[in-house]
Amino acid sequence: MGRGPMVSQARKSELLFSGSDWDFNKLSRVYDEIEAIGREELHLDIYPVQMEVISSEQMLDAYSSVGMPLMYRHWSFGKRFLYDELLYRKGARGLAYELVINSNPCIVYLMEENTMALQALVTAHAALGHNHFFKNNHLFRQWTDAGGILSYLDFAKSYIARCEERHGLPAVEAILDSAHALMEQGVFRYRRPPKLSSEQQREGLRERLEYEERSFNDLWRTLPPSPGKSKPEASDETLAERKKSLNLPEENLLYFLEKNSLVLEPWQREIIRIVRVIAQYFYPQRQTQVMNEGCATFVHYTLMNTLFDRGRISEGAMLEILRNHSNVVFQPAYDDPRFSGINPYALGLDMMQDIKRMSTAPTAEDRDWFPDIAGRGDWRDTLLDAWANHRDESFIRQYLSPTLIRKWRLFVLADGADEPHYEVASIHNERGYAKIRSALAQSYDVGASRPDIQVVDVDLLGDRHLRLQHNVKDGIMLEGQSRDATLRHIRNLWGYDVSLAAIDAGTGAMLSERWTKEL
Amino acid sequence: MPIFIDRRLNPKDKSLGNRQRFLRRAREELKRSIRDQVRSGRIAEVDREHAVPMPRKGTSEPTFGGDKESGRRQHVLPGNRTFNSGDLIPKPGGVGGSQSAPGTTESEDDFRFVLSREEVLDLFFEDLELPDLVKLNLKQILSFKPRRAGFTASGAPTNINVGRTMRNSHGRRIALRRPKQAELDAIAQEIAELQAKPEGAAVRDRIAALREEFDRLERRRKRIAYVDPVDIRFNRFDPQPVPTASAVMFCLMDVSGSMGEREKDLAKRFFVLLHLFLTRRYERIEVVFIRHTHEAKEVDEQTFFYHTESGGTVVSTALEEMHRIIEQRYPVAEWNIYAAQASDGDNFATDSERCIELLDRKLMRLCQYFAYVEIIDERESHIFGSTQNGTSLWRAYNAVDGKWPNFQMRRIAAPADIYPVFRQLFARQPALRKSV
Repeated sequence: MGRGPMVSQARKSELLFSGSDWDFNKLSRVYDEIEAIGREELHLDIYPVQMEVISSEQMLDAYSSVGMPLMYRHWSFGKRFLYDELLYRKGARGLAYELVINSNPCIVYLMEENTMALQALVTAHAALGHNHFFKNNHLFRQWTDAGGILSYLDFAKSYIARCEERHGLPAVEAILDSAHALMEQGVFRYRRPPKLSSEQQREGLRERLEYEERSFNDLWRTLPPSPGKSKPEASDETLAERKKSLNLPEENLLYFLEKNSLVLEPWQREIIRIVRVIAQYFYPQRQTQVMNEGCATFVHYTLMNTLFDRGRISEGAMLEILRNHSNVVFQPAYDDPRFSGINPYALGLDMMQDIKRMSTAPTAEDRDWFPDIAGRGDWRDTLLDAWANHRDESFIRQYLSPTLIRKWRLFVLADGADEPHYEVASIHNERGYAKIRSALAQSYDVGASRPDIQVVDVDLLGDRHLRLQHNVKDGIMLEGQSRDATLRHIRNLWGYDVSLAAIDAGTGAMLSERWTKEL
Repeated sequence: MPIFIDRRLNPKDKSLGNRQRFLRRAREELKRSIRDQVRSGRIAEVDREHAVPMPRKGTSEPTFGGDKESGRRQHVLPGNRTFNSGDLIPKPGGVGGSQSAPGTTESEDDFRFVLSREEVLDLFFEDLELPDLVKLNLKQILSFKPRRAGFTASGAPTNINVGRTMRNSHGRRIALRRPKQAELDAIAQEIAELQAKPEGAAVRDRIAALREEFDRLERRRKRIAYVDPVDIRFNRFDPQPVPTASAVMFCLMDVSGSMGEREKDLAKRFFVLLHLFLTRRYERIEVVFIRHTHEAKEVDEQTFFYHTESGGTVVSTALEEMHRIIEQRYPVAEWNIYAAQASDGDNFATDSERCIELLDRKLMRLCQYFAYVEIIDERESHIFGSTQNGTSLWRAYNAVDGKWPNFQMRRIAAPADIYPVFRQLFARQPALRKSV
């Protein structure tokens, strides 16, 4: 930090708080101050905030239900809970100081155990940083519905509980198991998902389904076709037409199964839909880890320093805040036993501070690489623009500078599965910068790093065999055991045979094919 | 200003439903874990929390994921110090490269988690096929009676200890020099007397001074309360378990070569069940292990279950040893004596007579309950069924069985056969409980 301790002796009386205990008055005072500074210094634009104080047990509870305040019940969350609880009890992992939900109003959970200094840090981090990101980033704006998510989860929870009552736990569990297995393949990556329907619309839809169930009469099916219309001939249908009618190929397997499965009952489709909607809701978060955490960390760091400079928080509190801050942004080297991948907080913060540096004090190299921002001095607008319009992959591709690559001493390791060696492909030198940047960006591209599996064909009038295709990139096949188990789940949902062909994306050659019949 | 919501008082255990769902799903595997732990652990340790490994079967969550052993990848890592482009680094773990990317995380399947006592008993009982009524009885928590145990600074108003409170108040009043009523009265009286006297400058001053002093004392009395919250003491009550007598449990087992792993495992469950029953009823339980071949010895639990010894089989030696220990250490007036004997039924023919005599004349008079199980092969179970024929020991004990109502005997071939041995014991419990 390098700030002298001589600051603000005279303004002691203006401290926002002193001592480590918090109360609601202090929290409120600190929030108001931080929000004012955030708006004025960083031009942040946020949802209204709702702060909820919870205990550590409740935090553990929230962990196991993927961080949501409301979640339906499933054994996998119980497993998660046991796992988290154990790590926590053993002291292997601390709990997060906060949890924040992308909703409107933005819900921030504060831990009861936090000191007042930590609560201030957390307020700046979550209530301002994350909140601004949720409200402004284009992925969240376009793909999630912050206003509707809580009421949707409430509906999901009670709907699944009702299903458990009516159809029994095992039946509901079977559907959820299968749907969870396909959660990764249950998102629209390119097409924008339809907006969540309101409670009323959902209710109407359900009523209609129930009415259809009640008034179903098999007799209608036995009526002879009217002479005017000829029966659709299976043989006439060309493959292309068939695919067109089903919108094939389809990458969202859950969506396809929900709409087209021949064996599912309406309530089962609704459950699949719930899982799918939740997967879609989380999809932007997975694409913006570095940016989201980087934004929040940058915001809390800037705001806390501003508060300190203005003499609104004491040196003791600032020291505590800095200690926690440096824990959060700690990045061990690859050969350190503590290394567990790149820390998104550290990378995000460093990149954003680097943007600020380039904007205010650029080197000649920066001017070469980033003519648009170097030396312009408008780092606020540059950052606001980046937060609004990028995801991790594009952000890194655009803004990772040679300075930072040198500072982090990044290198690329090429790993061919059939070779006995890793090869160091690029290091932080003139030839390597662009390659490192591109490789790092690539590794944050969620769409590309996930297996690309699509529904390519189904013969609804024949043997109803569902064909899936895995487009193999870089020769990365699917892990066998897990693949077979997942295929079995697909078969459960589809009701008939399923096959998965692995096609090399480059050459188009068929590498392998797996049938559920063989399992 | 943001909206604040204090959720700390909301109900905890939001995940309880999920936990139950998870345990139900992993039931078979957890049962096996508990069974293994019972087999290797101590008898007295069944009745508590157990840590079990995360079950694998039935709880995996498959997804489509990349195979680590195929394809070409690029890892970007920080902290390069020595490498240059083109350097080759041998993969750890040989050519196959099973640990591909650095920083692979520990598999969560390696973790153990804790099952509560209730959950453990649930899993354990399911195997023994105990009737629900008995399960409920065993899982019941003992009742407690509050007993006076000193004083405490917090409590319910009904428990205020007036004596203590006033003593504290008195001490505090002395320490803080709270003016007494008598001092005030004295000053008031002096004022009254002075007012009665004729007027004068000296008298007026004196009255003013006295008034001031009077006010000062009164203010002080108001500040220093007569009884302050810090003085208050409450009677403290400690929950004391309802006192019950002690019990001693004798485990007798034949350890000659004919008792294999399976037999010992069944015997152990048999002992565990008796022990569970006793822990419910008695505050203090001692367990004595006596094993025998052709001679009997008191041993510790480890030796009892895991050391084998060769030799013939003379059952009466164990009974004699038990009798000797009772005489020496467990007077009947103070101890409830329970015995459980497990054997495969082999005995020297002449010795069986001696066993009858020992039980009939001495031991059955001392014991609350004597249970005998004969562990037989599963294939034999349908041959023997309920016939009275059998091994020499079985025939001998049959005679005792007829005579003493607190003697029970049974052939067991599977865990489910164990409970009937104790049926009477559990059935009698409500009646016994009243008399305790």
